[in-house]
Amino acid sequence: MLWLRTWRLGIKSLLLHPMRTGLTVLGIFIGVASVIWLLAIGEGISQEAQRQIEGLGADNIMVRSIKPLNPPNASANAFILAYGLLREDYQQLTETIPTIKSALPIREMRRDVRYSDKKLDARVVGCTPEYADVTRLFMDRGHFITDAEVKQSQNHCVLAAKVVEHLFPYEDPLGRRIYVQDHNDYYRIVGVCRDRPPTAAIGGSLDAQDFSQDIYIPISTMRKRIGDTVVMRSGGSREGETVELNQITLRIDNIHNVVKTAALVEATLEKNHSKLQDTKVIVPLELLEQAKRIRMMLMVAFGLVAAISLVVGGIGIMNIMLATVTERTREIGIRRALGARRTDIVRQFLVETIAMSVLGGIIGVFFGLIFPPGFEALRDLVTKLSPETIAALPDVMRDGSPIIVPASIPLAFGISVVIGIMFGLYPAYRAAQMDPIEALRHE
Amino acid sequence: MKLAAKLEELTKWYELKSETVKALRGVTFDVPEGDYVAIMGPSGSGKSTLLNLLGCLDRPTHGSLFLGDANIANMNDNQLSHTRATRIGFIFQSYNLIQQLTVVENIEVPLYYQGRLSKSDRERCHELAGMVGLGDRLKHRPAQLSGGQQQRVAIARSLVNDPYFVLADEPTGNLDTVTSEEILKLFESLNAMGKTIIMVTHENEIAAHAKRVIRLRDGLVQSDVRKTDRIILN
Ligand SMILES: Nc1ncnc2c1ncn2[C@@H]1O[C@H](COP(=O)(O)OP(=O)(O)O)[C@@H](O)[C@H]1O
Ligand SMILES: [Mg+2]
Repeated sequence: MLWLRTWRLGIKSLLLHPMRTGLTVLGIFIGVASVIWLLAIGEGISQEAQRQIEGLGADNIMVRSIKPLNPPNASANAFILAYGLLREDYQQLTETIPTIKSALPIREMRRDVRYSDKKLDARVVGCTPEYADVTRLFMDRGHFITDAEVKQSQNHCVLAAKVVEHLFPYEDPLGRRIYVQDHNDYYRIVGVCRDRPPTAAIGGSLDAQDFSQDIYIPISTMRKRIGDTVVMRSGGSREGETVELNQITLRIDNIHNVVKTAALVEATLEKNHSKLQDTKVIVPLELLEQAKRIRMMLMVAFGLVAAISLVVGGIGIMNIMLATVTERTREIGIRRALGARRTDIVRQFLVETIAMSVLGGIIGVFFGLIFPPGFEALRDLVTKLSPETIAALPDVMRDGSPIIVPASIPLAFGISVVIGIMFGLYPAYRAAQMDPIEALRHE
Repeated sequence: MKLAAKLEELTKWYELKSETVKALRGVTFDVPEGDYVAIMGPSGSGKSTLLNLLGCLDRPTHGSLFLGDANIANMNDNQLSHTRATRIGFIFQSYNLIQQLTVVENIEVPLYYQGRLSKSDRERCHELAGMVGLGDRLKHRPAQLSGGQQQRVAIARSLVNDPYFVLADEPTGNLDTVTSEEILKLFESLNAMGKTIIMVTHENEIAAHAKRVIRLRDGLVQSDVRKTDRIILN
């Protein structure tokens, strides 16, 4: 009953100055909302990164060819550079490391392809049937490359959805043949993939990948019909490179063996590639762990920023309460004369600061909760009004969404209450220490 | 007769940097229950100091002040607060109501600091408001009331905790003559009901309403005269 009255009185006193109270509450509200927002943004970014890394498969290891930075000039036809993973590497890896369940070799190159009068600069990917499974590729129609097609090196191909859109705007591509220009060669279309969003770059270890212009063919067919060497004419000079495989994706039997196996893979590749440094081992599991560490750092950094804004809000409370105490000196004197103990006065002013910070906290939590849907609504609106702006945004802002960290709600709220108490204590103490006689005389 | 207050060699010194101001230099008198005392004296004679001590807002330097059996000279800050909440009624020259509270809520304040506000307490507050003639203004705020009405609220508030005595510091100082008369009438009727009143004033006409006049001078009691005595003296 009495505490109810204390609270009612506090709220009444606050309502005497609605503007002042409102602005003070605003300070706390911004602090609390920013805790929730920043943590939600941090969580959104890291979950998006995590999702992309998990898309690579936590039980996979990728070995990629990379163009050496300073290539040797020893070879006879110097304009053709040979580097990267060899079929021999593939053989060795699969035969010597028992924890490798399966290995997926990939060779990719850019080629001009045509169908009737339509032309496209496509990425031709030589692969095996597992490719679809490992890279989470789903079929729209037809089938993906089969073992039989690989075995017989058939000139069959599977098209990405965007390629179909471009080359076959009006026709059904299945059964038709596309023409690969540089090799004067035809490929029969046996399947069409479902549309698939590009993956973002992950740290420095993996470039962003756009699958929209992919054409998949059996890797054996690629070797036989196109070969390992690609020559590009740039200006007057000719430049070329010989690469046997661009990537080998290794599936490991057990997630616990991933790190161990990665070390073995590095050691195995050492022999052929230590000089040129033309291969790179990517371990999504390690990236995942790295992403988790980055997430912690993000949370701490964002939390710190938010904490600062809460402290600023707290200083606002203290400022207002000090002014209020001075202004209400007379009232304090009256209350002391009528029997209020020092602790009663402390409680009275503390209740006011707590009321303000709790109110700020509640509004802050409310705005915190509507942040993710609000963010998405805003993004949709901007997408509609000016698609260029959206296109210019980084991937995480385009694809990711803020995700509320559940713990941030009680955390932010709790902090706001603590701030209210902490910053309210001193003004309340000042009020309580006043001499009642002096206070009564105050004008 | 039971005493509302008993003062023995009550002394109050104010220690300043350069000197010690002896505001009260040994004041001794009794206030029996049901008494109506006016305290008079020139400015600086120690009236306010005495009132602060009687009101338990301050502690004496020497001597003792008994309210009932308890000597306030030995009380700590919380005990003084408790005594104010339970045993003393204050009436000020400038009313000193709390602006954000209604009439009833103002009357309730001392009970609130006693930690009690039962239904019967609530009813008592309404009764007191009725007694001072404000039964129809319960929900009004001080700003909506005239000076006389505000002082009536203060009187009701001073009675709510059933005090040893009501302390009034120039209670009519801010009021016109007619309103002053009304307030003094109210005091007289309260006194007739058995309430003890101690009032500071510098006006003889006001003091004339009291049963007893104590004059202070330089921190000492100069004279202590009862009305009956005065009649005999005349
Ligand atoms: N808080 C104080 N500090 C120092 N001196 C004081 C204080 N209060 C009163 N005095 C001094 O004590 C004497 C009595 O003052 P007071 O009790 O206010 O007299 P009155 O109310 O009769 O005018 C005066 O000389 C006054 O200056
Ligand atoms: Mg005075």
